Amino acid sequence: MATTAEYLEREQKLEGIGCARKRKEDPRFIQGKGHYVDDVHLPGMLFGAVVRSPHAHARIKSINKEKALALPGVRAVLTAEDLKPLKLHWMPTLAGDVQAVLADEKVCFQYQEVAMVIADDRYLAADGVDLVEVEYEPLPALVDPHHAMDADAPVIREDLVGKDEAGQGKRVHDNHIFRWEVGDKAATDRIFATADVTVKQAVLNPRVHPCPLETCGCVASFDKVRGELTVYITSQAPHVVRTVVSLLSGLPESKIRIISPDIGGGFGNKVGIYPGYVGAIVASIVFGRPVKWIESRIENLSTTAFARDYHMVGELAADKNGRIKALRVNVLADHGAFNAHAQPTKWPAGFFSICTGSYDIPVAYARVDGVYTNKAPGGVAYRCSFRVTEAVHLIERMIDILAQKLGIDKAEIRFRNFIKPEQFPYHSALGWDYDSGDYPTALKKVLEAVNYPALREEQAEKRTRGELMGIGICTFTEIVGAGPSKNCDILGVGMFDSCEIRVHPTGSAIARIGTITQGQGHQTTYAQIIATELGLPSEVIQVEEGDTNTAPYGLGTYGSRSTPVGGAATANAARKLRDKARKIAAHLLEVSADDLDWEIDRFKVKGVPGQEKTMKEIAWAAYNNVPPGMEMGLEAVEYYDPPNFTYPFGAYLCVLDIDRYTGETKVRRFYALDDCGTRINPMIIEGQIHGGLTEAYAVAMGQLIAFDAGGNLLSNSLMDYFLPTAVETPKWETDFTVTPSPHHPLGAKGVAESPHVGGIPCFTNAVNDAFAHLGVTQIDMPHTAFNVWKTIHELGLDNRA
Amino acid sequence: MIPGTFDYHAPATVDEAIRLLGELGDEAKLLAGGHSLLPMMKLRFASPKHLIDLNRIGALKGIREQSGMIHIGAMTTENELIASALLREKCPLLPEAAKWISDPQVRNCGTLGGDIAHGDPGNDHPAVMMAVDAVFVLQGPRGERLIVADRFFHGLYYTELAPDEILTEIRIPAVSKGTGYAYCKLKRKTGDFATAAAAVQLRLDGGVCKKINIALTNVAPTALKAGDAEMSLTGKVIDEALIEQAARKAMAVCDPAEDQRGNRDYKTHMAGEMTRRAIRQALARAKGN
Repeated sequence: MATTAEYLEREQKLEGIGCARKRKEDPRFIQGKGHYVDDVHLPGMLFGAVVRSPHAHARIKSINKEKALALPGVRAVLTAEDLKPLKLHWMPTLAGDVQAVLADEKVCFQYQEVAMVIADDRYLAADGVDLVEVEYEPLPALVDPHHAMDADAPVIREDLVGKDEAGQGKRVHDNHIFRWEVGDKAATDRIFATADVTVKQAVLNPRVHPCPLETCGCVASFDKVRGELTVYITSQAPHVVRTVVSLLSGLPESKIRIISPDIGGGFGNKVGIYPGYVGAIVASIVFGRPVKWIESRIENLSTTAFARDYHMVGELAADKNGRIKALRVNVLADHGAFNAHAQPTKWPAGFFSICTGSYDIPVAYARVDGVYTNKAPGGVAYRCSFRVTEAVHLIERMIDILAQKLGIDKAEIRFRNFIKPEQFPYHSALGWDYDSGDYPTALKKVLEAVNYPALREEQAEKRTRGELMGIGICTFTEIVGAGPSKNCDILGVGMFDSCEIRVHPTGSAIARIGTITQGQGHQTTYAQIIATELGLPSEVIQVEEGDTNTAPYGLGTYGSRSTPVGGAATANAARKLRDKARKIAAHLLEVSADDLDWEIDRFKVKGVPGQEKTMKEIAWAAYNNVPPGMEMGLEAVEYYDPPNFTYPFGAYLCVLDIDRYTGETKVRRFYALDDCGTRINPMIIEGQIHGGLTEAYAVAMGQLIAFDAGGNLLSNSLMDYFLPTAVETPKWETDFTVTPSPHHPLGAKGVAESPHVGGIPCFTNAVNDAFAHLGVTQIDMPHTAFNVWKTIHELGLDNRA
Repeated sequence: MIPGTFDYHAPATVDEAIRLLGELGDEAKLLAGGHSLLPMMKLRFASPKHLIDLNRIGALKGIREQSGMIHIGAMTTENELIASALLREKCPLLPEAAKWISDPQVRNCGTLGGDIAHGDPGNDHPAVMMAVDAVFVLQGPRGERLIVADRFFHGLYYTELAPDEILTEIRIPAVSKGTGYAYCKLKRKTGDFATAAAAVQLRLDGGVCKKINIALTNVAPTALKAGDAEMSLTGKVIDEALIEQAARKAMAVCDPAEDQRGNRDYKTHMAGEMTRRAIRQALARAKGN
């Protein structure tokens, strides 16, 4: 009989689920051996560069290419006129609208794509851009979404004039895109009419932009002889790109190969199809040569998918004990000039209806109106889980404001309203089925860890001296893992994901998954899942993603969906293999399959010590000695359509001090407890939490895509767009509880977006808490020193007596 | 982020650099550390046809003392300033302020002379130079001339330096006993220019302020000397009430431009706050000396 120590040793050798093994990706990244799109150099490659609009809104009177074409080395200048015969001057968006590939007669936002110069090298392409002469007739710009539906508002989308819908339901104004309503309005209104207490507050989630280290880009390579198109691209969803490119170009999908190589961060910025990609592909098809297009940082911040711009008004009705009775929300959503946000097609406001949060709110109603403005398109990006960031922000601000009005402690009011552990699975007022959770335990653990009562005492004492100290709490619930095909599709393709595993004769394996890592460490964690499920060491399991010619079709990586969907597919594919392996083992051991027990890495005959076959032995047999009638080989494919989303949650607490003479904020402590169910690699989870919190800190404290009244961008370089360094970033303390998902094969939930979704409101709650005793109910982000000082100065807190 | 075409020149001597500058005229720019010029070229805000790289001119580097004055070659890098034991002893405000400039990578390349000659009010050295009574050596085809820091900065990117001249050396009087100093800088993040900053150097004798220099960064088209504030403290025993008065006088000379760092009101208040903090710290240091 094997001893416990031997079991343990065998298990540890696998480095499977629960092991904090080091990332397999890192040796190549830290040695500069990663291979990103801009590292792709193909023979005869041309370069594209984009001519962009200096105006937010203008008619294009003429485009003169002559001087640019006269520059030796410039091969072409593409404009909408050139794309028209191919019907590619406009393209469909993932949100049911259309978007100009190159501006057709007018420009609708500053930096919009007007022409694309194709040249022999990157420098010549840039020189060519300078030589393209575009004559504009400026038009009044619409910048403030609150004026989008004014009677005299400038009409942004002349192509839609007279149309009463733009792909997502009925619209009521030329600048209106859609109205989306959810919940029981009449019942909600009734409760508000008679409630003990109500609070109402405008809360803004300003326009921000993800900032992946690598900007967007592609190398398109069309082989005229074979009729095959290969595109290396910074895409979080390469298979979807292949389908879209096929639909747009008319090429059979089988002749298109999309490769997402190493991706330097995505954060939702790399889901959509951008004009630069289309231009490069068209140019490659025209010239029969590879064409590279890579964004600069300014182009990235100015044009490709931004995030948020949700102008929300929240209302809570409650009894005098702070027990919430109803939630009402009205949102004005600024989608920019085209409705091109990337999300499941049927969800114009994403999963915003998760806005009842972690609380048992019996009745709710939410309405979102999307409008066009003269700004870049997008809205769904940045670790956001499809508008969950906005939803959590709203409810976490509103519950604080309610607590403030009632004089109830901000932790206590959460305990009074939490969905109780015994209420799971829980059906929310706005229609979601929460799979599992234990919110009170999580918050209790955090409050004890930081000694919450002592912090409140210190705060009270500081307030007597005029010092500003804030304590922020956020108890969020996420909804990730899009998603069940009954709820979710992208352009009609269900949001399943997939895994194909091949075990080789000598007991190593390759797995290919339909997702694509952008820094998440899939090559490490997926191997761990297979190691535990198959009993093969994760070290010999290769994981490949991102090449549509080899990986099975999948919907990609965003919305924290890789572990909930791709991870489940991986576990199930491995289980199919283990079932086959059991039959082979039974055949080799000459017993019935039912007589075998699985133990870590082998099948053992029940009650007969020593009668066993390891997975390694079975793998060899799979290629030479299988039971009669069985196919040789050891391969399996799984397409996993999740039965539900997963609902990770967490309890965060932030303590900060504010310098009342400069407005500077110093985060003294940030304690983050996350529950993502079963934890596959705790080290990678912690890394994800650190990254997400750092991005949350950036959003809350400094990031803003700012415009002047004319629609000119004011913050599109890293000089003005806040990207914190290690110096500014607070120290993170992490903790966890484990409440497995009941429907996921491994009990795992997503995690990567939780720290962003939960972190932002935690910071903003802390800043608001610092001023709460002075009657302040809402200070919008970003909490830059300047903005914080404005509040201080208005309140006279910086007076020197 | 792709610059236009330019020719590159790398002279080995100051004379050669001056000759090139004379020959190439307006189409040439001097390249020092490159951390202002190269980004401007990549954005095509500047498109010089010729770059004259000063990095190979050994004579433009180094820090030495000569009869009570510290001589610093214009091409001395920020990190060389920070590492200098001589400066820490004889001109401590300079290495302290240099630590506030951008980040370590930039400080490896960025130079004292480049920071001064660029004429950007956001740069830190102009105010520091005013606070330490620096003298600049300008060399051109007509020879060498000296100018005090107070008279060098004329406007945004506009200085006393003629198009055919090179700033070759910075000379700073070594501090005497009883000197205190401070550079207080408010910035949004590492690597950013100042929202506002104040450079202060003062000398106490028997508790009385014999001399004080107060200069401000990034709150006007050029670095600013807060003369009224200085006068209000000279000859006095400095206390909190006087510091407050001086801060108000410093605020009165500010003429900042609104940008993403803040509006004019905020920047003016921050100039006042940095002045308060810098005077307090300089005073404490002077008392400790």
